[in-house]
Amino acid sequence: MTERAIGMTGTVAQTSVGSRRLRTAFTALGMLPVLLLLAAAFQLINPRFLTGTNFLIVTQQSSINIVLAAGMTFVILTGGIDLSVGSILAASAMTAVLVSLIPEWGMLGVLAAVLVGLGFGFINGLFVAYLRLPPFIVTLGSLTAVRGVARLLGNDTTVFNPDLPFADIGNGSFFGIPWLVIIALTVVILSWLVLKCTVLGTWIYAVGGNVEAARLTGIKVPLVLIFVYCVSGLLAGLGGAMSAARLYAANGLQLGQSYELDAIAAVILGGTSFVGGIGSIWGTLIGGLIIAVLSNGLILAGVSDIWQYIIKGLVIVIAVALDRYRLQGGART
Amino acid sequence: MNATAEIAVRRRPVLEMRHISKTFGAIRALQDVSLDAHAGELHALMGENGAGKSTLMKVLSGAYRPDPGGEILIDGTPLATGNPITSRTQGISVIYQELSLAPNLTVAQNIFLGNEPRRFGVVDRDRRDRRAQEIIERLGVSFSARDLVSSLSLGERQLVEIARALSTSARIIVMDEPTTSLTSRETDRLFEVIATLKLQGIAIIYISHRMEEVYRLADRASVLRDSGYVGTLDRTDLNASRLVSMMVGRELSAFYKKDHRPPDAARAVALSVRGMSDGNLLKDCSFDLHKGEVLALAGLVGSGRTELARLIFGADRRIAGTLQLDGKPITIGSPREALDAGIAYLTEDRKELGLFLDMRVSDNINMGVLARDARPGGFRDFAAGERRAANAITNLSIRTASTRVNAGSLSGGNQQKVLLARLLETEPRVIILDEPTRGVDVGAKSEIYRLIDSLANRGVAILMISSELPEVVGIADRVLVMRDGAIAGEVTASAGEPLSQEAIMELATGAPQR
Repeated sequence: MTERAIGMTGTVAQTSVGSRRLRTAFTALGMLPVLLLLAAAFQLINPRFLTGTNFLIVTQQSSINIVLAAGMTFVILTGGIDLSVGSILAASAMTAVLVSLIPEWGMLGVLAAVLVGLGFGFINGLFVAYLRLPPFIVTLGSLTAVRGVARLLGNDTTVFNPDLPFADIGNGSFFGIPWLVIIALTVVILSWLVLKCTVLGTWIYAVGGNVEAARLTGIKVPLVLIFVYCVSGLLAGLGGAMSAARLYAANGLQLGQSYELDAIAAVILGGTSFVGGIGSIWGTLIGGLIIAVLSNGLILAGVSDIWQYIIKGLVIVIAVALDRYRLQGGART
Repeated sequence: MNATAEIAVRRRPVLEMRHISKTFGAIRALQDVSLDAHAGELHALMGENGAGKSTLMKVLSGAYRPDPGGEILIDGTPLATGNPITSRTQGISVIYQELSLAPNLTVAQNIFLGNEPRRFGVVDRDRRDRRAQEIIERLGVSFSARDLVSSLSLGERQLVEIARALSTSARIIVMDEPTTSLTSRETDRLFEVIATLKLQGIAIIYISHRMEEVYRLADRASVLRDSGYVGTLDRTDLNASRLVSMMVGRELSAFYKKDHRPPDAARAVALSVRGMSDGNLLKDCSFDLHKGEVLALAGLVGSGRTELARLIFGADRRIAGTLQLDGKPITIGSPREALDAGIAYLTEDRKELGLFLDMRVSDNINMGVLARDARPGGFRDFAAGERRAANAITNLSIRTASTRVNAGSLSGGNQQKVLLARLLETEPRVIILDEPTRGVDVGAKSEIYRLIDSLANRGVAILMISSELPEVVGIADRVLVMRDGAIAGEVTASAGEPLSQEAIMELATGAPQR
């Protein structure tokens, strides 16, 4: 963590060449100082916080949330919301474990989970893009309905597979780095590539920034919307596979409950504007890490479970307040 | 108060606005305007779009504070300006074009909104409904105070607004183009109500562009032009051609010196529009747009110009109408299809409908042709985009620090040029410009005029919507005038003569042709 912190500070120092760049950097990495401050504070309280082992624990714990939050970033950048990711994760995890039980073909569980997630995301996208229903309502509906599907898949029981063929994903590591962390980082980098380096990424920002202008400019807004909900669903499916791999099991009722809230919190903490058009995937990564650091650090500091909830909630509200302040302060001239 | 003063008071107008000026930063919206109104009188207020009528009424309602030196007298007593609540308690009530009713509430709730009769600290619903019923019966209407406003027609909602004004015992009621969205029967109903109000001694200031209404209703008519007061005509002097010439003036600015391209029958038709209707405002609009021609679409605000442009561009759903481009029938169901066919549209509302304010200037310029920059895998060729943006910035002399600053940080004129650059990158054959110089400084204006001219010289067909008559007359080769969602007529230049502003205004207001 120490090395990482220095690396990040170095980045900030380099970008402070021009004041505009500095401001852009602050917009993109608005919450990085918060993350560093939190880490420093927890280190003071408990010197075990900044150790290699704990660093791996924190990143591993945050990896599934970061994958979900990456998908959520796409959706929120268009001014939408996806409340169904927790339920999709549960349904996908069920699918992953059930498929893994098929002899010889068990590895297909990962693919099946991802495809199930993609399918649900596609349905969300169709409702938002073509029936023009508010995303909140569409995904509130799928939050409930897909949860039902998840329970249906295992006849409302927990399904196990002690010989899960892809268990390495959840518990193995590669040169000391957990696969979960590698997957999360890969997802973040791929998301960055799509958002910042492709034509489609620019369209996503345009739709979020001004949907009517995007339409009059000839951008096919419905296709962009379907794409972002597909990405969110697909990544929720991947999160389901990761979750199943970690637990060797899945439960349609309990798995992924309120995960959508942590994902949204990570995106908002990362400085992505709730009305769309402004934000970055790196912010989401930092937001996800803040949530993980908070949970982990509060546990190490011996704070009770109840107070953890209260503190996490306050941090989210304060972060959104900062977001508002920032938008009022510097965005327009 | 002595006897002579009392006589003076009796003859005194209930409302006097004296030497009202209003500036917003460097822009002068009103310059030394005076206006009065007597009890029981209807005073019509006329003027082109942007002449200052709405600003004057906002000063009256307290929404704006006039510049020092101006004063408003109610019954001879100075009014504390710039306070909407004072204005209301002094009996001034303004009914705006966009009605301000809450459709989900009842008529009575709307009439007493914010002013509810109370008993023991709670709303006295019986008294509220009873009083509301009394007021609307005074207006002789057929709905009940307990009806939901959402169940009423637009005309009836207008009457609810008037009832609301009466509930605060208004003595001066301003109506801002009250008949624009009314049917002719509703209009007659409104006029009857207006007659009743006059008999009750209420002074009415009536903003309208429609000659026949002014003829029918007005006791006096005043005209504003270019933020200043032009003159007042008494009922006996009301005369369409006098009013029109007061409204349009005659001076043309220096940079309107274009030679009009002669109407050339041989020039090919680029876009042929037939029978366009939107099932709402637009009725059966047909016209031809020729190659290399600048055709202006004139008309008053609300006459359907923007609606027609959006219909042609596929931005809204049409219920009837066909298009032919270069003689070939085309169907356009979306802006994408219009752009692919070679028709481009510049919106009148660049901040809400045009720009991506939080995105870079280069992204804004490239947005319409981004697909061209797609490399395998969908990756953007940023270098190509930057080159294109840099070229456009040079060609249109867009003043910006770099291609990377946000479009929101540019001035109005440069933002407009960014939108024009985006539009030109699609290499359109037909360009529809909706108020291309709105909110643009004088320098950028003349640059935009030159651009329009050079595009036309290269054979591009241009349809330009403009509310500024001097601009229409200066830039256009031919003018179509819209009124009430239909094309009211065409104005062409005769040899050596400029296009006639009077002829355009007469068509736009429906004044009888001389």
